[in-house]
Amino acid sequence: MKRVYAKEEVCIGCRLCEVYCRTEHSKSKNIIKAHKKEFPRPMARVLVEELRPVSFALQCRHCDEPACVEACITGALTKDESGRVVHDEAKCVGCWTCVLVCPHGAPQRDLERRKIAKCDLCPDRETPACVEMCPNEALVYEER
Amino acid sequence: MKTYQLPEVIIERDKDKCINCGVCVRQCAFEAHKFDEEGEVYSEDEKCVACQRCVSLCPTNALYIRDNKPFVKDNANWTAETQKYIWKQAETGGVLLTGMGNPKPYPIYWDHILLNASQVTNPSIDPLREPMELRTYLGSKPDNVQIKMVNGEPVIETKIAPNLVMKTPILFSAMSFGAISHNATVALAMASKELGTYWNTGEGGLSKSLYQYGPNTIVQVASGRFGVHSEYLDAAAAIEIKIGQGAKPGIGGHLPGEKVGRRVSETRMIPVGSDALSPAPHHDIYSIEDLSQLIYSLKEATEYTKPISVKISAVHNVAAIASGIARAGADIIAIDGFRGGTGAAPTMIRDNVGIPIELAIAAVDTRLREEGIRNKASVIAAGGFRNSADVIKAIALGADAVYIGTAALVAMGCHVCQKCYTGKCNWGIATQDPHLEKRLNPEIAAQRLYNLVRGWSHEVSEMLGGMGINAIESLRGNRLHLRGIALSKEEMDVLGIQVAGSPMA
Repeated sequence: MKRVYAKEEVCIGCRLCEVYCRTEHSKSKNIIKAHKKEFPRPMARVLVEELRPVSFALQCRHCDEPACVEACITGALTKDESGRVVHDEAKCVGCWTCVLVCPHGAPQRDLERRKIAKCDLCPDRETPACVEMCPNEALVYEER
Repeated sequence: MKTYQLPEVIIERDKDKCINCGVCVRQCAFEAHKFDEEGEVYSEDEKCVACQRCVSLCPTNALYIRDNKPFVKDNANWTAETQKYIWKQAETGGVLLTGMGNPKPYPIYWDHILLNASQVTNPSIDPLREPMELRTYLGSKPDNVQIKMVNGEPVIETKIAPNLVMKTPILFSAMSFGAISHNATVALAMASKELGTYWNTGEGGLSKSLYQYGPNTIVQVASGRFGVHSEYLDAAAAIEIKIGQGAKPGIGGHLPGEKVGRRVSETRMIPVGSDALSPAPHHDIYSIEDLSQLIYSLKEATEYTKPISVKISAVHNVAAIASGIARAGADIIAIDGFRGGTGAAPTMIRDNVGIPIELAIAAVDTRLREEGIRNKASVIAAGGFRNSADVIKAIALGADAVYIGTAALVAMGCHVCQKCYTGKCNWGIATQDPHLEKRLNPEIAAQRLYNLVRGWSHEVSEMLGGMGINAIESLRGNRLHLRGIALSKEEMDVLGIQVAGSPMA
């Protein structure tokens, strides 16, 4: 399946991927409203890890054998037929078990909603927002 | 006394648009944007260099950098700039430093030269339908060619000197690794290969990882002799002896020790952290005869397989010097005009020494023709070429090809903020900071360089076709296709062109 891969050597640590991820996962999908008006605030599902000069954007790896799916106590996390690890917000109770078991630190705690937020590979777009908007082409969306 | 100096620019932040994402904070190496204790973004105008990095990356267009010219009482002599320089020096006692090329409003002769086009009596050519030859050969050409017939086939008997072959008469000029980042050199090398042209290492040496681009590389031998060894010479397509640079004729170079990291130290062959000082003269060249010795040493070292270029700044006696260089055995003469860029130069030298490249090309071409040695060496013009029209005018004036430096940097992202010498280039070009260097993705930069030269080459073809010429060779030194506008008689005499409105005779 296609996944998002980071090119660490050209990641500039600007965190625009986070900005565009939040916008994509907001109600209005308007960058200014999403950041200034919406409550609960939209969460970024991608996180830039940085220890200068090293930096890269990390999001759910959509593992072949996802530990989070196995550990999820309510069945909110499942692996669908396309290979994506999908999150059903209605079932999530915010127990943070997935946060505990994920080896990549991908699921983010949304403290305002008491649910997790994780990468859904932008189902409404052909290419995830983080990949499309990265100013230095440090993210690629491809089959490997 | 510490004087308060008005910041050069004002950073305007539209608070209605700013989403406090901090991209500006993370992108500014000059620390002009900051988070306060509450996590709110604010800006400090006096630190801003107007490189436009934050403006370009701000996702909501919340930033605008505007000029902040201080009010000084109306005075043509004691302008705000002259006063600012004096304040600075009164405080520091130092030499004013700057980067990039001469920004002063000297006449730009390109904008006073007009090109010809065909109408009725000779047809123009559509380059999209008919062949158009931009291929250019750089190097010494024979005085005449002897041909003999072997089994009914013609064979050239004359020994032809090595020449560089390029698909377009545009090359990337010398910018050293040290002055520019490794990624910038990689981008130049990749683009040159794709375009079928050449880039120039400057005096920074050549990283082993770039030897693969050797066939598209001109290596420099400069007064500091940094990074010069036999493999370096062997790897290249041509060798350039650097005597002078348009931005700072008559003076040497100084790469500060802070920029000499592990990789720069390896390619320059000097210890990490040591200043790289290039002397003003080559200490073994005090005459044309001495220059000839170095030219032939390099030819011997490379077994006469590569053309040798000599690069000089355009100065008052440029024509006579070029003649000497051709007679000394150089295959290519590169002339850098006073608008040529640099990573660092004393402001007074950059702004006041040398002559415009337009006049230098014409003077050199005329002199070499008069002496009957124009074929001995090709002429590359450099120094502030802004677009394809400048390129084609230079060729019509008598240049064989054109070096572009600043235009290439701008294509890669440079916004000409003139702070190259600080090593904090926010665009990842003029820096050795590993965090900043990553900002220049060599693949993107190479593509942008390729696009630029491709676009210019198309435009050159169009203009050539318009003149009814189907090969760049036929325009070279063809000054009949140029006309001057708003120039004095003396200026047109040096340029060897007539006033607009004079007939084609």
